[in-house]
Amino acid sequence: MSHTPSPGIITPKLRASTIVSMLKKGIRSSGRGLMEYRQIEIVPGYVRNADGSALVRLGNTVVVAGVKLEIGTPYHDTPNEGALVVNAEFMPTASPTFEPGPPDENAIELARIIDRSLRELKAIDMSKLSIIPGKKVWVVYVDIYVLDHDGNLVDASSIATLAALMNTSLPRVEVEEPGNVKIDRSTRLSPLPIGNKVVTVTVAKAENVLFVDPDLDEESVAETKLVIAVSDDKRIAGLQKSGIGGLTESEITQAIDIALKTGNSLIEIVASKITL
Amino acid sequence: MEKPKLIRENGLRHDGRRPDELRPIRMSVGILNKASGSALVEYGETKVLAAVHGPREIPQRHLLLPDRAIIRCRYHMLSFSTHERKSPVPTRREIELSKVIREALEPVVMSETFPRTAIDVFIEIINADGGTRTAAVTAASLAIADAGIPMKDMVVGVAVGKVEGVLVLDIDEAEDMFGQADMPVAIAPSLGLVTLLQLNGVLTKEEFSEALRLAFVGANQVYEKAREALRDRYMKARVEE
Repeated sequence: MSHTPSPGIITPKLRASTIVSMLKKGIRSSGRGLMEYRQIEIVPGYVRNADGSALVRLGNTVVVAGVKLEIGTPYHDTPNEGALVVNAEFMPTASPTFEPGPPDENAIELARIIDRSLRELKAIDMSKLSIIPGKKVWVVYVDIYVLDHDGNLVDASSIATLAALMNTSLPRVEVEEPGNVKIDRSTRLSPLPIGNKVVTVTVAKAENVLFVDPDLDEESVAETKLVIAVSDDKRIAGLQKSGIGGLTESEITQAIDIALKTGNSLIEIVASKITL
Repeated sequence: MEKPKLIRENGLRHDGRRPDELRPIRMSVGILNKASGSALVEYGETKVLAAVHGPREIPQRHLLLPDRAIIRCRYHMLSFSTHERKSPVPTRREIELSKVIREALEPVVMSETFPRTAIDVFIEIINADGGTRTAAVTAASLAIADAGIPMKDMVVGVAVGKVEGVLVLDIDEAEDMFGQADMPVAIAPSLGLVTLLQLNGVLTKEEFSEALRLAFVGANQVYEKAREALRDRYMKARVEE
């Protein structure tokens, strides 16, 4: 059952009101502009044993995403297509408020937002992931681990996911007897087939001011957030209002404009850092 | 399920509706005996029951907040509500929807009126034919109103979809399954606030603006029905006294 959360780490009232009054004047305690992201650092191939991976630092938020490819059976309605499984975990390393255990509703929501954006845009060309048509396909497991939490986990995870997928290569497979397939991870044949690229842009709202990439302090004063998945061809590939408040029609339109302007530069940052 | 032709030559949908037409909507309020408030809402074949208990004290006192009531919400599908049997184990989808529905209700419920209590909202999907989360928001709103809990506005839900290139209002299961996009929206019409917004699919900016406009058109109609349902429950009762 989902319940109203208690404020995890309490932001002192004085600091909260300072953050809000500054936002109203268009400035942020970090010195960033309202439409400015924090510094983004991407380390592709951070995990050697993964088939693709990336560590992403978005300011002080740290996320590692890894891809593991396994051989599985296709879904019966898509017999010649691979499958995608996205999972996210908020590690106890990331915040004193994160407990070990199965993913909570926030982690599940995050994983499902990213899963939907990839799936709907066909970010991975699943038709090229068939090994034995109708019998064996690649299953792409994307696992996202939040290691340090300083706000905007969704965008950091989405950047890490895109980077990890672009860093993924398909291993060679040996078809032994009919129906029995073995993975040879020592030989890499080709990159994972990527279609359109997608990232999320999170627009937060506090006292009717809209701004991107909220840090943890700013999240504590934000009434709500709109997560907008943006594709490299400037389409909206998913939306999720997340958090307690609401948005007016014009705020939503503004947020979408902001996201469509910002999304491509994030995708370009990822693309410029990726090497297989 | 076989894919029907979703948009016919005459521009009508597979069930004969116009693109901007809702399914037949039925609502009844105060239908359960023991709950503080309840409502049954039907959008076509989608049938959703909502019950509210509280504001009340709960054994899990550590969850309670000193300055407001907490809202607890569970979206739950009955095992036989879908084509394939749904396992009674809570799915990731149900966990996510419980959260987004709660967050759709939070902005309108005057929870500061009842500190250190819980308002529990239980949503049971009895039959699923598309648009269950949006019907659930409407049902939950009515049940909270029926429980006599003060609200700034009612929230009502409606989904907009894109099928065969056409934006359509209040999509059903076939349109969701074989369509190109599904955008559930919940709106508090008097406040002019969108309190739930999701998009599963890809839309251009222009398509999105049109879809949002369509959602407002639909929500206003659902809102009228919801007010009517409350009037039916309470105004008529007064006459009988």
